[in-house]
Amino acid sequence: MSARTIAPADIRKTLTVKASPERAFRVFTQGHDLWWPRTHTIGETPLKTAVLEPGVGGRWYGLSEAGVEDIWGEVLVWDPPHRLVLAWRINARFKCDPTVHTEVELRFADAGDGQTRIEFEHRKLGNLGEGAPETALRMDPGWALILDQFKSVAEA
Amino acid sequence: MTNAKAFAALADPTRREVFERLRDGPRAVGELAEGLPVSRPAVSQHLKVLKEAGLVSDRPDGTRRVYQIDPQGLGQLRAWLDQFWDVALAAFVAEVERNDEDEDPA
Repeated sequence: MSARTIAPADIRKTLTVKASPERAFRVFTQGHDLWWPRTHTIGETPLKTAVLEPGVGGRWYGLSEAGVEDIWGEVLVWDPPHRLVLAWRINARFKCDPTVHTEVELRFADAGDGQTRIEFEHRKLGNLGEGAPETALRMDPGWALILDQFKSVAEA
Repeated sequence: MTNAKAFAALADPTRREVFERLRDGPRAVGELAEGLPVSRPAVSQHLKVLKEAGLVSDRPDGTRRVYQIDPQGLGQLRAWLDQFWDVALAAFVAEVERNDEDEDPA
């Protein structure tokens, strides 16, 4: 990594859901396709199915409407219903890159009253590689869609 | 909140159009204004808002100023990911709670 590289801060989020840790873990994994945003795709055609295979080494991928599999990463830690760590292998140019190693971790804790507290983290973002931003943005077919999403969020 | 500023800045259709034109590379105000139904000073004003939102930066090029999408690539990418996860996790929460009363969910 060059001296000029700035490692971005980890992305951290905390949420509380009205469901048991078991259910939250199950929906995140087994039910992945039920909620994964369709606006995000790194492929050339729209995303048809988002899959997160159970167990360590399980593949995390998107299947496009054209039938192409884009491998996003894989399961590193599988500890239901407590903890899940995934490798996210999409580089700064929004391309699948098996040499890229960033990590997404979720920790599920029983918060009582039928609720679960979830701590989310996306870390090691410095490993995304050299970002040539205008190139990255130009190459990202999902960017226009994300802009529309910005719009709907801003106007909500 | 940089994200909130970015959302607000991009909520305007003309401003979004100006921003999208920069995806093809750095441009001067005059070039950006071509083909847009607004005056050059209006484009300058839009660029000012985009700059304050951290979405674009500018640099002098001879007698003119050239605008480009913020060169802090990873910062931009991180912001993109941050927003992406907000959207994804909100959808996840909605799905988790959708069948809350269901005895045999998912």
